[in-house]
Amino acid sequence: MSLFEKAAITGIGETAHGRGLQQGSALSLQMQASLAAIADAGLSPRDIDGVIPVATGVAVAEDFITNFGIPDLRFSATTPMGGASCVAAIQAAAAAVATGICRHVLLPIGRTGYSGTRIGARVHEMPQFRTIGEFELPLGNVAPAQIYAPMARRHMELYGTTSRQLAEIAVTTRQHAILNGNAAMTKPLSIEDHQNSRMIADPFRLFDCSLESDGGAAVVVSSAEAARDLRQPRVLVMGAAEGHPDSPSVITQRPDILRIGLAKAAPRAFAMAGVTPSDIQVAEIYDCFTYVVLRQLEEIGFCKPGEGGAFVEGGALGIGGRLPVNTHGGLLSQAHLAGMNHIVELVRQLRGQGGAAQVEGATLGLVTGYGDMGDGSIAIMRRG
Amino acid sequence: MSDSFTKPVPHPMPDTQPFWDGLARGEYLIQRCKECGKLRHYPRPVCDGCWSMAHEWVAASGSGTVHSWTVCHHPFHMGFKAQSPYILLTVDLAEGVRAQGQLRGLPAEALRLGLPVALGYEREGEGPVLPIFRPAEET
Repeated sequence: MSLFEKAAITGIGETAHGRGLQQGSALSLQMQASLAAIADAGLSPRDIDGVIPVATGVAVAEDFITNFGIPDLRFSATTPMGGASCVAAIQAAAAAVATGICRHVLLPIGRTGYSGTRIGARVHEMPQFRTIGEFELPLGNVAPAQIYAPMARRHMELYGTTSRQLAEIAVTTRQHAILNGNAAMTKPLSIEDHQNSRMIADPFRLFDCSLESDGGAAVVVSSAEAARDLRQPRVLVMGAAEGHPDSPSVITQRPDILRIGLAKAAPRAFAMAGVTPSDIQVAEIYDCFTYVVLRQLEEIGFCKPGEGGAFVEGGALGIGGRLPVNTHGGLLSQAHLAGMNHIVELVRQLRGQGGAAQVEGATLGLVTGYGDMGDGSIAIMRRG
Repeated sequence: MSDSFTKPVPHPMPDTQPFWDGLARGEYLIQRCKECGKLRHYPRPVCDGCWSMAHEWVAASGSGTVHSWTVCHHPFHMGFKAQSPYILLTVDLAEGVRAQGQLRGLPAEALRLGLPVALGYEREGEGPVLPIFRPAEET
């Protein structure tokens, strides 16, 4: 059996996004976002019978039973793939509702990445960083910017990709955050601003790096049947997949250090969905770093390997561009919620609720996740 | 002074301790499967080729070529602040596995893919012996 159109995203919710908003703990932020998502779907919190808390160590399934008074939670799981977790959870939730284990699965996240422990400094506490922690951290390979930079450098050396091309991604994403309104970053950004920003881990400058922010976001995944009677236009999951790169614990030892898990996941998701990259009208692409967007565009098949730099030039990723990407402002400029905000935005776009950032007539799109040492996840959705 | 070393230190497990013991002797050790002979790195319990857990250790020759690099400007750990910016190399060792280490004796501008480099060893204060790379001797 295939998961093709067996599940739908029925509810989306998010808090205000920002840095130092002092709007609550990471736990209360995800409760707030979850209640918003459940209300958006037209459900009661007691209707939730499945939960996949994103593995940031903040909340477990029991917290949702306790806070919402859920009488009979039938399904709980985690998908510990760092930034690929949220989209990977769509596949897990779709499998659970397709097989009748449960009907409405909540996918929540909330974090105080700015006010609490800073994200970039704390990754080595995670078990998936154990190998890096022993063999590379003592050498000075401390944070994701440094861990991922050799991939970007090799791409530049092999294909002539430039920092100005990476800047295109940052600039377009900032424009979208401004259109969104609910974003941590609100000032326009130019390519020159990017080029003048301080170097973090060459080739990554400050504006190649995502935010550390405070906020919460959540979505509800329901069975496609149960979704028919709910409040919002139905957004069906046509294809979903996760993929793990070779040498998943450490990039240094990967036979092809440019190859990421999405290279395995994307063909599976497209085959399940019965569409091709040329059918995609809007794409929310995990953007922990600008280069990671560029490389995913290649691995999905929007362009050939090595052509990502040329592909993103000239505002191609803007609203009305060749492929509108990260129409909400992404992790680079809206908020770092490990990509749950990317799912929220894709659903918003496909419902036609994108506001000033709405991609005209978009009914088919995709969302990706990227995490840890290159884990990948993807979901292709349509309004229907 | 043991309290003057502020960088992160490794916490080896029994499986990985021989690698660190090797560095302390000035040897960069790579695991080799005793059943099928496949090299694996970084150290781990099982050969992914034949699933044997029997292994031995072989010392790298020390020659390699640059696979990629990054120049670390922002110190994400305070222990690296004094030496920032520093260059981290990813190196293809002659044996066929990769190693990482800081670069000595060459500016970032001189780097290119495939540049020959030589493995070396360095110890700072009370810290562990760590692998570093230098430009390979001209031949």
